[in-house]
Amino acid sequence: MRQQFKDSINKALNNPNLTGALVRFSEAYRISRAKAYEGIDFEAVRTRIAEIKSYAASHFDELADRFAQNAEARGAKVFRTDDPQKVRDYILNLAKENGVKSIIKSKSMASEEIHLNAYLEKAGIDVQESDLGEWIIQLAHQTPSHMVIPAIHMTKEEVAEVFSDCVEPGQAADISHLVKFARGKLRTKFLNADMGISGANIAVAETGTLIIITNEGNARLTTTLPKIHVAIVGLEKLIENFEQITPILTALPRNGTAQLLTSYVTMITGQVPNTDGTPKQLHIVLMDNNRKQMARDPKFKQALQCIRCAACLNVCPVFRLVGGHVFGKIYTGGIGTILTAWFDELKKSEDIQSLCIQCGNCVEVCPGKIDIPALILELRRRLAVEQGQPLVQKAIFSVVNNRSLFHTVLRAASLAQKPFAKQGLIRHLPMFLSEMTEFRSLPAIAETPFRDQFKSIAQPKAQEKAAFYAGCLIDFAYPEIGEAVVKILNKAGIEVVFPNEQTCCGAPARYSGAYETAAQNAQDNIAALLKQDVSYIVSACPTCTVALKQDFSSTFESLGMTDRLPQAKAVADKVIDFSSLVQQLVNQGRLRLKPGQQLGKVTYHDSCHLKRTLKADQPPRELLRQAGFEITEMYEADMCCGMGGSYSLKLPEISAPILERKLHNIKETGATEVLMDCPGCLMQIRGGIDKDGAPIKVEHTAQRLAEQFE
Amino acid sequence: MVSATATAPYFDTFKSRAEAANAEVHHFLTPADALAFILEFLRSEGVQDAPDFRAVWADCPLLAGSDKEKLRASVPGLVFEITREACAEAKIGISQMDWGKADTGTLVQDATQVEKRLVSTLPLIHIALVATGKILPDLPALLTVIDPRKMGYISFITGPSRTADIERVLTIGVHGPQRLIIVAVDELGGNL
Repeated sequence: MRQQFKDSINKALNNPNLTGALVRFSEAYRISRAKAYEGIDFEAVRTRIAEIKSYAASHFDELADRFAQNAEARGAKVFRTDDPQKVRDYILNLAKENGVKSIIKSKSMASEEIHLNAYLEKAGIDVQESDLGEWIIQLAHQTPSHMVIPAIHMTKEEVAEVFSDCVEPGQAADISHLVKFARGKLRTKFLNADMGISGANIAVAETGTLIIITNEGNARLTTTLPKIHVAIVGLEKLIENFEQITPILTALPRNGTAQLLTSYVTMITGQVPNTDGTPKQLHIVLMDNNRKQMARDPKFKQALQCIRCAACLNVCPVFRLVGGHVFGKIYTGGIGTILTAWFDELKKSEDIQSLCIQCGNCVEVCPGKIDIPALILELRRRLAVEQGQPLVQKAIFSVVNNRSLFHTVLRAASLAQKPFAKQGLIRHLPMFLSEMTEFRSLPAIAETPFRDQFKSIAQPKAQEKAAFYAGCLIDFAYPEIGEAVVKILNKAGIEVVFPNEQTCCGAPARYSGAYETAAQNAQDNIAALLKQDVSYIVSACPTCTVALKQDFSSTFESLGMTDRLPQAKAVADKVIDFSSLVQQLVNQGRLRLKPGQQLGKVTYHDSCHLKRTLKADQPPRELLRQAGFEITEMYEADMCCGMGGSYSLKLPEISAPILERKLHNIKETGATEVLMDCPGCLMQIRGGIDKDGAPIKVEHTAQRLAEQFE
Repeated sequence: MVSATATAPYFDTFKSRAEAANAEVHHFLTPADALAFILEFLRSEGVQDAPDFRAVWADCPLLAGSDKEKLRASVPGLVFEITREACAEAKIGISQMDWGKADTGTLVQDATQVEKRLVSTLPLIHIALVATGKILPDLPALLTVIDPRKMGYISFITGPSRTADIERVLTIGVHGPQRLIIVAVDELGGNL
């Protein structure tokens, strides 16, 4: 990671205006968005959008032809190119031919993508943004910090200062005054502009129609007052039929600004009269800029289903801390990372892709059904292929991959940490390693790993067997969780086996883009697990569960190792997470919770993979309630704890404040115990609570349930 | 004021959604009642024949049956010749919308004629007439009547112009009207 990038993160983290505004917005957004969707079947709406946009992405040329034909039949001129320079030249020439001196713009991210303003200004043309947020940052010579709310990082005092410095001295820091001031100043610009430039949210091929969605009314003025209207439209805005606008107009305002509909929706088809009665010149630039290339990529084609609502920014635990500036100049947040890699270049995503903690919040709200975290992983993989992995990372994985060496190293570490370890936690590490323990203590490496402890557990023999997949954290740091799992399954009449050749699940390698390593891990584990004749493969780590159930196949597919897929599936079919299995066993009457217990108040933290990938957030809650615990839900229970595997080591400056929020929310419940299903979250939260000193127990659900069965 | 009639089953939803979007909704039985309200509103807003105080009224079916000279005499400053200059310095713009969309409280208009756009974009206040019988339930219903092949410029208007670009504080009236006054009339033609 470049120092410059780390600096930009620290700058953002230390900007309380930015972080405060984004956090407040993200909190309000969650509630207002839900309200806006009342009575709407979001899943049905987004399934339809994904179908419509996916079809369009497979037929860009055909739809662009039809759009151009229909728009031109109505008097528009349509210019198509894959070259950003040709777009800039086309517009500049048009301006020159028509003696254009001033241009008014309503929001167009496509124009920002090709740095159009600077190009036109260099030619002596006055170019004014009219969207209030865009105008503010244009005056301040800044870049947008959010795709929908570009100046969210600025206070009213800062805006007043910008207006006073750049437009007219003496502007008061009063929002309604500032808005009125902008209206007045820009009104003159609107009335005097020779050309209006807009973007479009939708382009309908069947009718040649452009659809523009705004709240301020600037697009209506931009497309009505100047005699020339230029619309710059990315190919991904194309849809086939007019009726297909319904799901997009349903989701875009609700997801973007939590409105049922924006103040204005404008649908323009061909030339319309100017205010002097002459027909307006309408030029539509259908811009490719690598979109067709993207559509041909089997993985990334789905990113063209984006409707630019920016919901993925609003729900992202990282975005609300760092804002848009660290992402670059135009497209920000999760989807922005992907668009930057394609519309700019892959290398530009090298640093920003590392910001994704893979929590999956964005997947739940994306109206285009884009698996943003998966695409960011794919970027990571391609970057690793193109540029090679960092040497340190390579060295680490070569150790992880070699199981006996890994044991030796960890055991050595276990001994080396002795001077620092106390009550099973490491609070301080020397020198360069200290960053790892700055905001949370780390677990001490267990003296005897679970794989060795397991041999001494006396189990009743049983017909039915389950293989336990421990994963690194339970094996080496939290063997007691493994013991609890065995104890519970034994009570259900299931004998647990521990396939000794099991190794790391490959998640750390995969999440670092090192897919070859992940594939090797997958093969080793598949071989180990398929040797056993078992009914279940159970894991008490949701990340490992996801690896076994889904990632093995997906890694093989990415690497073209399709011959491995049947075996991966044979494993996946038997894999189940701890709580889901136990709930099944309770429901089948094979396990009985002790009746009538009152075990007190606890709170429950949702692990990202358990809730959003495995959709198993309810089984642990139901089990705990049935056992006699009273669950007091914390605020944002399903928000990431900031662990994200090695994320917390690579970006501790982001992991720490996310954890701090989580700890605050846990403490607010007044519960003296917080439970969770993921040993990774456990490591993060227990370490944070230890540093914090709060008298709260942090445990895995399995540990807390172990004694509650008859 | 009258309550919604059987010919306008979606009016109540329309009204509550439009008001939630900060529009002001008034409901009348006859065009004459609506006209009286509008004239009174213009007077109460201080409309007069002076820059920044005029009202511009784009041609519409309601006007067709009225004597413009008489109206002008009753409210000096009322302008029926729509130009960009007249609209740029008008306080109030009046136009008739073609449809309503109940689920979002939206007004919809074939605004291909530039006069219709000028009176609803430039002035501070937009008075929008709509026939209650032309209020449709939702977008799919609306798509059966609007046709971009026949309409060059279709406007959807939901509440006044708004922004939250400074500190996320909702502020009404940026580039478009600060107030949207919806005048819904039962006997203005149009039937579901």
